Amino acid sequence: MAAYLQLFIQAAFVENLALSFFLGMCTFLAVSKRIDTALGLGAAVIVVQGITVAVNNLIYQYLLQEGALSWLGMPEVDLSFLGLVTYIGVIAALVQILEMTLDRYFPALYNALGIFLPLITVNCAILGGSLFMVERNYDFGESLVYGLGSGFGWALALVALAGIREKLKYSDIPDGLQGLGSTFIIVGLMSMAFMGFSGIQL
Amino acid sequence: MNNENRKVLLEPVIDNNPITLQILGICSALAVTTQLAPALIMCLALTFVLVSSSVIISAIRHHIPTNIRIIVFMTIIASLVIVVDQFLRAFAYDLSKQLSVFVGLIITNCIVLGRAEAYATQNGVWPSFLDAVGHGLGYSVILIFVAVVRELLGSGSILGVKILPLISEGGWYTSNGLMLLAPSAFFIIGLLIWGVRSWKPQQQEKPDYRIQVVHRTEIV
Repeated sequence: MAAYLQLFIQAAFVENLALSFFLGMCTFLAVSKRIDTALGLGAAVIVVQGITVAVNNLIYQYLLQEGALSWLGMPEVDLSFLGLVTYIGVIAALVQILEMTLDRYFPALYNALGIFLPLITVNCAILGGSLFMVERNYDFGESLVYGLGSGFGWALALVALAGIREKLKYSDIPDGLQGLGSTFIIVGLMSMAFMGFSGIQL
Repeated sequence: MNNENRKVLLEPVIDNNPITLQILGICSALAVTTQLAPALIMCLALTFVLVSSSVIISAIRHHIPTNIRIIVFMTIIASLVIVVDQFLRAFAYDLSKQLSVFVGLIITNCIVLGRAEAYATQNGVWPSFLDAVGHGLGYSVILIFVAVVRELLGSGSILGVKILPLISEGGWYTSNGLMLLAPSAFFIIGLLIWGVRSWKPQQQEKPDYRIQVVHRTEIV
């Protein structure tokens, strides 16, 4: 249990996907103008990230990995080169399924997240999570925790940035730094702050 | 080359740069820039995928049903990225380890899908080719600039060749450790955007609120 907690903290704070790996930056910068939209997108990312990393882990373990097809009697087959196209397919399909399920059973949540769900397919944080899972050889439990943790970290960074930008709207910023430029500097400062988490051991 | 084509090719380099103006493709751009060599490989890989996908999509644009176009684009892009990934693993294994997941992340690079959706589906093969090359160049210019600054100030070298002799090796330059860490990439791009927008004021964004000077007489 402690190992899982450690992994969660590690994924959410120390190796924050947005602030130390620069993943999902396009959405991160574009959707961080208001706190309520940031909260909606953040929640959607946590859910999608938690599911996709775990599902991609199962697919990798039982279909793609070298020797994974031994249960079919083909131990020498190595399909890992198909990884990229499989993961992105799984992500696109899952986002679609999630969208339809929410629409059918949780219309309130669907309306709150509505526009952000399709955007998530092309969010590099989601694909990045799956690729890190493969690179670091997580097992099923670890990938579930890693997915939830990294999604939570990304959402936290997004909401924090949105809060700062909402306050900053009234400040007198040099013309050239207005908008994108100042956002980059703020994200840089936030990233420095998050580096303070490195070395945390439970 | 006529004016129209020249505009399509050169506009994305500075005037309509994908990174500093369109906020596209930043995701992978920052992580690979601690040294120049991986940044160059990343530029080549992205430009290859961007140009090939634009040309292919523009060539078959009349045959793609609009409802499922995103899936078709993703499949084409993912296949091209697999080619690049396998090629790097075969011929430049160390660099491909260093780039780790970021080659795979070209799939979700917004520039590739953005150009496919916004340009290649509506234009012929030759303009799409030029547009893709232009956007590849625009991306590469930023990446190379950031990588040169970070490698020069962070480890005193460019492409592994010593330019500023480090104190630890008997020289005079104290390396700036921050340049090798994540935050510096944000600062450099932020300052770069500031520079570009001061040079080309038409790129500046309008603030939501302006501080207004109110004279005392107006209140009274």
